[in-house]
Amino acid sequence: MFQILHDTNIPFMKHRKLAYLFSGLIVLVTLFLLFTKGPRYSVDFTGGTLVQIRTAPAAHADDVRGAMDAAGFKGAEIQQMTGESADEFLIRVANDESDAKHISERISEAVTAKIAGTTVEVRRIESVGPKVGSELRSKAVWAILSSLGVILLYVGIRYEFKFALGGVVALLHDVLVTLGFLMFTGREVSLTVVAALLTIAGYSINDTIVVFDRIRERNKALRKETHSRVMDIAVNETLSRTVITAFTVFLASLALFIWGGEVLRDFSFAMLVGIVFGTYSSVYVASALALDTWIALDRRKGVQAE
Amino acid sequence: MSRSDLLKLAGVVLVTALAAWFLYPSYTYYSMTPAQRDALAPKKLAELRKQAIHLGLDLQGGLQLLLEVDKSKLTAAEAKDATDRAMEIIRNRVDQFGVAEPLIQREGEDRVAVQLPGLTDRGRAIELIGKTALLEFKLVRTPEETKAAFDRLDAYFAANNAAETDSTLRLHPITGRMLDQGVFPETEASIVEKLLASTNLDSILPADTQVLWEKGVRDIGGVNARSLYVLKRDAEMTGGSVATADAAVGLDPNQPGAWGVSMNMTPKGRTDFARVTGANVGRQLSIVLDGVVQSAPNIQDRIPGGNARITGSFDINSSKDLAIVLRAGALPAPVKILEERTVGPSLGGDSITQGVHAGLIGTAMIVAFMVVYYQLSGVVAVVAMVLNTFYILAILAYSGATLTLPGIAGLVLTVGMAVDTNVLIFERIREELRAGRSIRQAVDLGYNRAFRTVFDAHSTQIISGLFLFQFGTGPIKGFAFTLIWGLVANLFTAVVFTRMIYDFWLSRGKADRLSI
Repeated sequence: MFQILHDTNIPFMKHRKLAYLFSGLIVLVTLFLLFTKGPRYSVDFTGGTLVQIRTAPAAHADDVRGAMDAAGFKGAEIQQMTGESADEFLIRVANDESDAKHISERISEAVTAKIAGTTVEVRRIESVGPKVGSELRSKAVWAILSSLGVILLYVGIRYEFKFALGGVVALLHDVLVTLGFLMFTGREVSLTVVAALLTIAGYSINDTIVVFDRIRERNKALRKETHSRVMDIAVNETLSRTVITAFTVFLASLALFIWGGEVLRDFSFAMLVGIVFGTYSSVYVASALALDTWIALDRRKGVQAE
Repeated sequence: MSRSDLLKLAGVVLVTALAAWFLYPSYTYYSMTPAQRDALAPKKLAELRKQAIHLGLDLQGGLQLLLEVDKSKLTAAEAKDATDRAMEIIRNRVDQFGVAEPLIQREGEDRVAVQLPGLTDRGRAIELIGKTALLEFKLVRTPEETKAAFDRLDAYFAANNAAETDSTLRLHPITGRMLDQGVFPETEASIVEKLLASTNLDSILPADTQVLWEKGVRDIGGVNARSLYVLKRDAEMTGGSVATADAAVGLDPNQPGAWGVSMNMTPKGRTDFARVTGANVGRQLSIVLDGVVQSAPNIQDRIPGGNARITGSFDINSSKDLAIVLRAGALPAPVKILEERTVGPSLGGDSITQGVHAGLIGTAMIVAFMVVYYQLSGVVAVVAMVLNTFYILAILAYSGATLTLPGIAGLVLTVGMAVDTNVLIFERIREELRAGRSIRQAVDLGYNRAFRTVFDAHSTQIISGLFLFQFGTGPIKGFAFTLIWGLVANLFTAVVFTRMIYDFWLSRGKADRLSI
């Protein structure tokens, strides 16, 4: 048998205050970013037009920018796409109601006119009107909140309240932290990224449930032990599974991040962050919070607990 | 083997065989070269395409529009079937693009989603779909005039038709293909259509004359055929003359049960209609929407009151369609584009390559890890994972759902998560082994104790998947779909398939060591 992390006995719960500090700090920074700068939303949510072009021979980003300025696209955002040939650009412009239909043609013409001898291939157009943008925005918020609500309900029914609380806080923590990393790295929040956030929510609760199940099982067997000892035993026993699963899902996401192409890059980035934090939070947020709620509840009943 | 194991084995074999059956058309379709596809009969190809896994527009390229019917200038009564009218107009136009599988779908009260896979001429499509409908009433030329017009076309196209081997077709490239005056079998019709579209016919045809196709294919004398009409170019009347139109039964006293369309003209239209019908009794007056002939009824009598009955070979659907077309022409319902997503064919191809590439590398890494770490048990988990992917693809093919780029991402993630269930079970078995249990006991306990956890974990993930499905538009729905079914398939492979392998392994009595 080839094993890692076997028979570990790490006193996880001892350091939980440190973890609270760490998590609290990251969440605070995220909330700060969220309310000051806010995420960079894609055209899905803001409305507007995104055009992806490929230039041959490869154009310079500055020239493309110049072309857009010359053609009178105010506030156009130009982003050179990563990739070996460096010949593709993403151009975001606000929707000009009068002529949204012809934006891609106007962009192609502008670039061909400015940079002599360049041909432009329009590879992708995403144009979202303001009405649909705001609809998608509220739909996304609704989807995230309601799925959190239903998960809370499910966990609340299947487990005791003290567990449910920890599980859902962990889940919120994971989604928030991922959002924080997206904002910090300047990545875009699009429909696909929202899908990643919901997947992370599912993954996070999955991970938490595995640990919780073991805590419940061990608690029956080890009545004499302190709560924190029971928790530590359970976490240690599930540690190898937690790490291995995180590792395999991480590998899959990493492959998507590196080889899956530009369209999936922000999605897989979110998955990578979410998996790392989801794994960490199932121990240090979910279990730790469950422990503190457990202790607090016992104390209120007049039982000395730790 | 015990009875329950035999049952499980039968279950796995059955499910896998079923999956293979569902996936076979996809395999056939996607392994064909374009030339092979062209060689296949259109009907067979369409059938095959329908059964194969559908690729989303983000993978095969194409245009997707979300339109809203603008009812702001319509009264409540006029707005009532505005969306139906708009859809009928869009459908009529989309048919002209000749894309393989256009999708025109109503979304909510006043929205229409249009998908045109593989479309390359985006500009023209948007132009055409957004244009206001034009309904015209045009006189059909008399049989003699029609014959003369076809003869002129024959003469023109015969002049540069030396390559044709069939002598009749060389001299009569148009009329030589006809079943009857203006009627072509479906396959011949598309040849003639291409021929006619290749040049400007104005200088060839007599003055004030044009040729227009009838919409769709009809069964004419047992053959699927299309009609080509020779019309007077100047319209007698336009859609503005029509007040109302409705499908109705029993319009023709001689055919009491038959469907038809009853049409009322506006006060101004009444006078025009009386004049046109009075002057042309016995001739055909065609109803043309955006350059496509919808119907060409005979004028039987002068109609002074502006109340016309169109009867003939209608059924309930075709009469309703014609009524909608007439109303649509009378009262166009303008649409505006709310959302557009266009993916060029080259980007779609790249996305497939990258997605598959990433999937294969990710899978290879996971396979390597599982086999090194869990040895033979790892191999079992890998087989389960492969089966899992196979099942998801089969469900995609069977349900007619669409595989999108995020869907591929979902598949790749599912591979990562598929091993999770087995990891959970394996780790549990290892623990039981370390606690000194026999192999048999360890396996039984491992499965039983892990099951509850696995079930809860899957349920919560399926819940968040369902919300994702609810929320998502196209590509996201594709992601949610593969994720949800991936989890379901996962429960099956982990709980039934791998368990069966262990049972089989242990029942042979040789297992004094478990490779895990």
